[in-house]
Amino acid sequence: MIDRLNITEEIDWTTVGLYLLLVVFGWMNIFASSYNEQFTSIFNIRQNYGDQLLWILVSMVMIVVLFAVDHRFFHYFAYVIYGFSILLLLSVLAFGVTINNSQSWIRIFGFGFQPSEFVKIATALAIARYLSGYNIKLWTWKSMGIVILLIGLPVGLIALQPDWGTALVFSCFILLMYREGMPGWILALTLFVTMLFLMTMLISGTSVIIVLIIIAIAGFGLISRKLKYALVAAAVIGITFYIMHKLFPVMHFEPNNYYELIAALVLSSLIFLVVSAIKKIKNVLILLLLLYGFIGFTYSVDYVFHEILKPHQQTRVNILLGKETDIRDVGYNLNQSKIAIGSGGFFGKGYLQGTQTKLDFVPEQSTDFIFCTVGEEWGFFGSALAIILYLGLLIRIVYIAERQRSQFARIYGYGVASILFFHFAINIAMTIGLFPVIGIPLPYFSYGGSSMLAFTLLLFVLVRLDSVRKKYIK
Amino acid sequence: MDQFASRRNIIAGIFILAALALIIRLFYIQVIDSSYKLSAENNSQRVEILYPARGLIFDRNGKLLVFNQPSYDLMIAPYELRQFDSVEFCSILRIDLKRLREGIARVRIPRYRREPFIKQISPETYAILQEKLYKYPGFYVRSRTLRRYSKEMAAHLFGYVGEVDEKLIEKEKAYVMGDYIGISGIEGYYENMLKGEKGQEVLLVDVHGRVKGPYQDGRFDKDAVVGKDLVCTIDADLQEYGETLMKNYRGSVVAIEPSTGEILSLISAPSYNPSLLVGRSRTGNYTRLRQDTLLKPLYNRALMANYPPGSTFKPIQALIGLQEGVISEGSSFSCNMGFYARGVSVGCHDHKSPLTLLHGIEQSCNAYFCNVYKRIIENPKYSRPDEAYNVWRDYVLSFGIGQKLSSDFTNELRGFIAPVSYYDKYYGSNHWNALTTISLAIGQGEILVTPLQMANWTAAIANRGYYVTPHVVKSIEGMDTIDHKFTQKHFIEIDTANFRLVVAGMDMAVNGGPGRTAGIAQLQNIRVCGKTGTAQNPHGTDHSVFIAFAPKDNPKIAISVYVEHGEWGASYAAPIASLMIEKYLTDSIAPNRKWVEARILNGNLLYSK
Repeated sequence: MIDRLNITEEIDWTTVGLYLLLVVFGWMNIFASSYNEQFTSIFNIRQNYGDQLLWILVSMVMIVVLFAVDHRFFHYFAYVIYGFSILLLLSVLAFGVTINNSQSWIRIFGFGFQPSEFVKIATALAIARYLSGYNIKLWTWKSMGIVILLIGLPVGLIALQPDWGTALVFSCFILLMYREGMPGWILALTLFVTMLFLMTMLISGTSVIIVLIIIAIAGFGLISRKLKYALVAAAVIGITFYIMHKLFPVMHFEPNNYYELIAALVLSSLIFLVVSAIKKIKNVLILLLLLYGFIGFTYSVDYVFHEILKPHQQTRVNILLGKETDIRDVGYNLNQSKIAIGSGGFFGKGYLQGTQTKLDFVPEQSTDFIFCTVGEEWGFFGSALAIILYLGLLIRIVYIAERQRSQFARIYGYGVASILFFHFAINIAMTIGLFPVIGIPLPYFSYGGSSMLAFTLLLFVLVRLDSVRKKYIK
Repeated sequence: MDQFASRRNIIAGIFILAALALIIRLFYIQVIDSSYKLSAENNSQRVEILYPARGLIFDRNGKLLVFNQPSYDLMIAPYELRQFDSVEFCSILRIDLKRLREGIARVRIPRYRREPFIKQISPETYAILQEKLYKYPGFYVRSRTLRRYSKEMAAHLFGYVGEVDEKLIEKEKAYVMGDYIGISGIEGYYENMLKGEKGQEVLLVDVHGRVKGPYQDGRFDKDAVVGKDLVCTIDADLQEYGETLMKNYRGSVVAIEPSTGEILSLISAPSYNPSLLVGRSRTGNYTRLRQDTLLKPLYNRALMANYPPGSTFKPIQALIGLQEGVISEGSSFSCNMGFYARGVSVGCHDHKSPLTLLHGIEQSCNAYFCNVYKRIIENPKYSRPDEAYNVWRDYVLSFGIGQKLSSDFTNELRGFIAPVSYYDKYYGSNHWNALTTISLAIGQGEILVTPLQMANWTAAIANRGYYVTPHVVKSIEGMDTIDHKFTQKHFIEIDTANFRLVVAGMDMAVNGGPGRTAGIAQLQNIRVCGKTGTAQNPHGTDHSVFIAFAPKDNPKIAISVYVEHGEWGASYAAPIASLMIEKYLTDSIAPNRKWVEARILNGNLLYSK
């Protein structure tokens, strides 16, 4: 049943090329991050880079195996693979090894291996299989329920390990669902509320309100299509804030930017309402309501966090967000990571010349914080290059997905893009302080056999499906 | 094409926006903001580990035995090294330039780690160096503590402290390179109590390695927690006295308080000065001690030597015989310079014949106990000898023989009592009997015990039927009780009445009439009960063995003494045991027994064979 295909013609060599570039660049950085003059052989598997090289070779073998498997295998066995991966997750909970306070590893034949890395592929396959079924529309209660169940089951099991970082990865499927028919406002709202939540937790209340006001004014400018209105609104708020700032001490209030800003906003809102009523300007009330709604949201997040949560719960949330921790832990990592990347400058310190990423300064430097080495040794130039390579791969995957005639292959393709995007964007964002440190690997860069193999399989199942796109219509 | 196909552009747009955000942020922190470059140069933080002092060890009367002395490691941070006056540096440390160069060359790899340059420099050197340390960037001092002993004794008991090695780190994840760990004895067994908790100090450091102050006002600092103090069960005076007595002999002395199982002293001779295994000279001294294959000072005989018990085993034989009902107090056997039966002969010394049980113990008649053993194994209650043997063996095991006592020592050995299978293998199943194994009757043959086990069964006899697992720690700071297993009584399935008989026999062996074997152990006001032993040694002179407890009623001390090549039980072991008992119970040696002490102190069997 193995179809003989003309491999050189049917394989998407652009994807393969981008993949190889990322893998090679990634390995060079692992080598640099654990390099010292004592061990110079790259084949020493006691060293990270030697071990990683071995896994890269294993991944290559797996690619060949993938091409030997009948392409219909993934469609027919999608649920079986999914079921098997759920079983693996259960067995991890039963017999897993605990590393870094999370029971997420199994030992097989002396190799440690993380099933949660492979569950992502299985989940993408299962969702693709379900949604490609005859006459299935995503946006119905039943199919939404099933898709959420397919995602929720592994998320729950991974959260039990507990490995919140990996569990969060599954939220990436919102992109896939958007492509398959989920209303756009859900995506927009989700992204916005997430951003707002992070901002509330990570930066001061005043800054959050300033950001919200700027967005509201910009939104107002866009909707009314009059730049003048927006500028006037901004000026009104600026002036009232200045007045409040001067007024507070006179009225014997404690000078406090937050309350001064709120007072200024309330005052200017009244002005806006009156003016809009007189001049018959639309949408002002709705925008103001949204603005106050979001301010209320940030305030209640803040309130729940500070007044309702107990100190130990606060600490737990803070650790998850990477704010407050032991110096040896996340907070320290983040600080050191930013120093390492920041010290790289435009062209970097040169390959193997990094000082910060060597041994002491950045922990986890060959796994979750591998991007520090990129940033330090290759500078902005190399970092931007890596990001552009990733972006190229992601866009290429979207392109490949869209050219599929089989719905299954297309949906799976979006699954691949979603997962890779989440890992790539969040990992780099967390090393430069744009996102909480949730400890997920950078695909093809981070040291780790399971993740190397899993991300390779993830991508090459798509390449395999793509290679037969002209032969079958499903 | 489906209706949502255009959404691909939005998704691609999200990808591009995210990538753009990352690139802008990177451009900001890498190219625009220079503070990170400064931070990197300033290298910002250094975590200093604060090492706790280990817990102290006191004796049972509160005398301080083991404490700590300061020690300083000179550390090197190769990355921070600058030019310095190497001649002055070398003269302070009293090393030559060559060693300095080699040392620096060695630590250059890997360059970014701080490593010890010279470990444990003396306090005097440290005092001079400390003032001038600012001249040598890249060098700094880390303070630790080392063990110190108030008396040069009990080396085997305390064990020693060493640095962890890679093998150990792989096994015990809690340790990192450079940590100390208790390796044997109390230090080893109670490592978790004694070690304390490491602390840390996070410092702001500039590029020259100069400390600028605590990082974030010491928010991440943590004090080291000192280890817990231990009170051990040892009586320091008794231990010291025993070691003096044993200094010219090879062998072991173990004394136990019978009612509690507390080890009063545990001596393995020859021993060594515990201070030899402290600090920088430890490795060298350890090798030297290990290479002494003649005296084997590192070998803890009290726990690890497998000796035949010889006649000291006879009280147990008598107890089993009485309990099995094959003999009674009145049973008498004749002895004509030994025991002879069907081609088997066990010699005996010249004494009156026949003897009853009490006199059999008093005079240690071999023939008597051969008969007892024969009756036990040929007991018509059991169909086959191996069945009877198993019953006998179970009794012996219940005295704590042939198995680890699971005391608080890690290197205890189990001794040996042959199982049925052992004889089956040699003679074939059902092809052996009482006569084939007759040596067991007098504590020879396929029976090996450790001095600790001997002291333990003596305690069991002193208690008339039970023992408490021997242990060496009495209390731990901050803990209400010690391990439950050290307070539990292990009862032996033998009637108290039978114990009383055997105790009476042991009383007679010391305090009886003519023909008693251990008269030398007799004390003026204390009734000592004992049993001598002369363990046959095919390689040379027999070993001198003695077990005893005192006073007879309400015993306070049970003791086993083993002197290698001491020939008769009464010649060395019994006098040593009696001196130990006298010292412990009266604090001094009576004038009329000074000659016994002198004889032991002046004797020397260290090199006899």
